[in-house]
Amino acid sequence: MSATPGSSMRTPRRRVAGLGSARSGTGHFWLQRVTALANLLLILIALPIVIWAAGQEQAQTLAILGHPLVAIVLLLLIFSVCFHMRIGMQVVIEDYVPAEGMKVLALIANTFFTIAVGSAGAFAVLKISFGG
Amino acid sequence: MAGAAERPLSPHLQIYRPMLTMMMSIVHRITGVALYLGTPLLVAWLLAAASSERAFTFVNGLYGSWIGLLLLVGYSWALIHHALGGIRHFVWDTGAGFGPGPRELFAKLTIGGSIALTGVLWIVIWLVKG
Repeated sequence: MSATPGSSMRTPRRRVAGLGSARSGTGHFWLQRVTALANLLLILIALPIVIWAAGQEQAQTLAILGHPLVAIVLLLLIFSVCFHMRIGMQVVIEDYVPAEGMKVLALIANTFFTIAVGSAGAFAVLKISFGG
Repeated sequence: MAGAAERPLSPHLQIYRPMLTMMMSIVHRITGVALYLGTPLLVAWLLAAASSERAFTFVNGLYGSWIGLLLLVGYSWALIHHALGGIRHFVWDTGAGFGPGPRELFAKLTIGGSIALTGVLWIVIWLVKG
């Protein structure tokens, strides 16, 4: 039952959980970086494809965007980008909205917005790819 | 929260002389917010393509107009600036590049690189698409 020097107020359970005083650990930071890396890689693939498909006749655009490999890249990009958007805007809201009620509402609106944008984008890609 | 404002607060932005590194940090956040609002532009294009010929022609007309193109140029610059700023953060994550020299260099590379790459991108687009 002897405590480690310098950590007398912390239970061993608390120390192994490693969540610190904010009770959330480094999960947010880590997701920010992982989605950032995914965004970077996926954008490098998707950007030339989008430039190629943009400004064409609709049939041409649909043929390019509907290719399975293109559709998968776009789906991954939309998912990763919207996740990154959500946790990024979360930090901005937490920094600039001091009132507790407004902050909670803004955080919920952020979640709704990013999931709606992501779902709409994913639905469009799937519809195009499945030939609807 | 009640009483929160009565605590002494640490000095914020207004007390510091503007510096390039600080500006790049602020611009990183602003471009992030701009990109957040800009993602629906890409989704609108996908939805229009998935919906109907009429919707697709309408959205293409919007993005092909000079205001639309200006918006896309701004969007691409924000994307590139935010991406370069993100790469800078990846370098910092390794523990490198915090000294005054590298720090200033990264700031210059972020702003200079983003403008140069945006220029290159649109020259390539112009060459390919006419």
